[in-house]
Amino acid sequence: MNAPRNFLPTKNSTKTPLAVKVADVSRIFDGRTVLDSLSLDIRPGEFVALLGASGSGKTTLLRILAGLDAPDAGEAWVPEARTVVYQEPRLVLSRRVWRNVVVGLSGPQATRDQAVKALAEVGLRERADAWPATLSGGEAQRAALARALVREPRLLLLDEPFAALDALTRLKMQRLIRDLCQVHGPATLLVTHDVEEAILLADRILVLREGAIAFDAQVSIPHPREAEGQRFDALRAQLLGELGVSVAARAAPNITPIAPRHGAVLLAN
Amino acid sequence: MSEQQQWNLVQPRLTQTAEEAGGRLGFGRRAAAPLALVALWWGATAAGWIDPSVLPGPGAVSGGFVRLWSEDGLLQHLGVSLGRALSGGIIGIFAGLLLGLVAGLSRLGEELYDSLIQMLRTIPFLALIPLFIVWFGIGEAPKLLLIALATCFPMYLNVYAGVRNVDRKVIEAMGSFGLTGPRLILEVVIPLAMPSILTGLRYSLGISVLVLVAAEQINTSAGLGYLLNTAQAYQQVDVILICIAIYSVLGLLADLTVRLLEKLLMPWRVGVAAR
Repeated sequence: MNAPRNFLPTKNSTKTPLAVKVADVSRIFDGRTVLDSLSLDIRPGEFVALLGASGSGKTTLLRILAGLDAPDAGEAWVPEARTVVYQEPRLVLSRRVWRNVVVGLSGPQATRDQAVKALAEVGLRERADAWPATLSGGEAQRAALARALVREPRLLLLDEPFAALDALTRLKMQRLIRDLCQVHGPATLLVTHDVEEAILLADRILVLREGAIAFDAQVSIPHPREAEGQRFDALRAQLLGELGVSVAARAAPNITPIAPRHGAVLLAN
Repeated sequence: MSEQQQWNLVQPRLTQTAEEAGGRLGFGRRAAAPLALVALWWGATAAGWIDPSVLPGPGAVSGGFVRLWSEDGLLQHLGVSLGRALSGGIIGIFAGLLLGLVAGLSRLGEELYDSLIQMLRTIPFLALIPLFIVWFGIGEAPKLLLIALATCFPMYLNVYAGVRNVDRKVIEAMGSFGLTGPRLILEVVIPLAMPSILTGLRYSLGISVLVLVAAEQINTSAGLGYLLNTAQAYQQVDVILICIAIYSVLGLLADLTVRLLEKLLMPWRVGVAAR
């Protein structure tokens, strides 16, 4: 098989270059169709957010693009230089942070300088010699981001990279990723279930439903974006509708606070 | 009643204080129990409660030690025994390491010989002594083979379990960053399996001394086992006690060696391990 060095569209070859071409990809787990002849093109440098309810096949599509899973039918074409940031940092605990960043690289690429440069980009320069187990969740995830970017990917795959972080760290990480993606310019596919995150970061938003792309739209709000305003609200309502979440139900104010007695017992323990 | 008490709150108590966590008292506390045992022994023999031909006092035993050291060449016997334990042990430990790695990493290896090893390891090694004498004679070979065989199993089991337990997600991530094959095994799998590998080493070193005692019952003219055998023939309780003490010191040294290796080989566990 002729392995794609950069990107080789198989058919419908157009003038504009592509970073990802997915053609009629299907994936079936134990008789359950997770991806149903899905097609998708992503242009170089495009930041695409992929939304979907849990179990809708978001991660399956990402794993196929990463080469961690194979489609049962159809073809997926991706650049050779592609990297993944997973939901968990997945660092090797037995190697110092900087060695984790250049893991798998060889020769002149795998130098400490190279790693420290990548770590400085994510604000972790001074933790280069630390053991991964001593990092906080946000720091570990930033190290994983440095590990993905040091390879200068043409396709960056983000598998819910902020899901396990606290809200404050998540906000910082979202800005960091947006900035770094603009500097490095890879095509980016962000798998997430957070509608606001998708609107804040992406140039284009996809919604995956019943194994196919049910919604595909460009986001025209100019950067830097804020999570407020009429256009933001309208887009959020539309996307939540696409995801099958009624916006009225989401704003329901009938939330009873936890009984104070319960809280006191928790503290006393 | 203060506000805090009204709300039924308490100040959390620390479960472990800094002083308890470690410090200078550690060594003293470790030495306390062995020293108490020696004191009891000394007191009981000095008071004449115990017949010296059954259990001689600390003075008589240390006199026996000096005699063994200067007249009977204890150091040479010790060297011979250590040489046997180490050379047999190294063969067994490396064989166990290799077999465990292959079985842990590849389904083929596991299917080929895991069940065989699981069968063999339940055989009491003492039952093999007569067989090994018939097969390999009464020279050094059966002794070394016995030690190698007995140390191989705990190493195999622990390495196998350790390799199987390495986080699959990390391995998958390494694959996506281009780390595969021997480099993946050397740089990621073995270090992450190291806690189990060292547990195996701890067992194996202990067993190598254990088997040494049995192996040296086979026609020997040097070594700790030889000293024990002759002491038994001449009813020298002091020599028997000294040999037993030496075995326990060897066990202690093996433990210290592994502790040192743990510090050297697993520096990343400082922030991970419970202790």
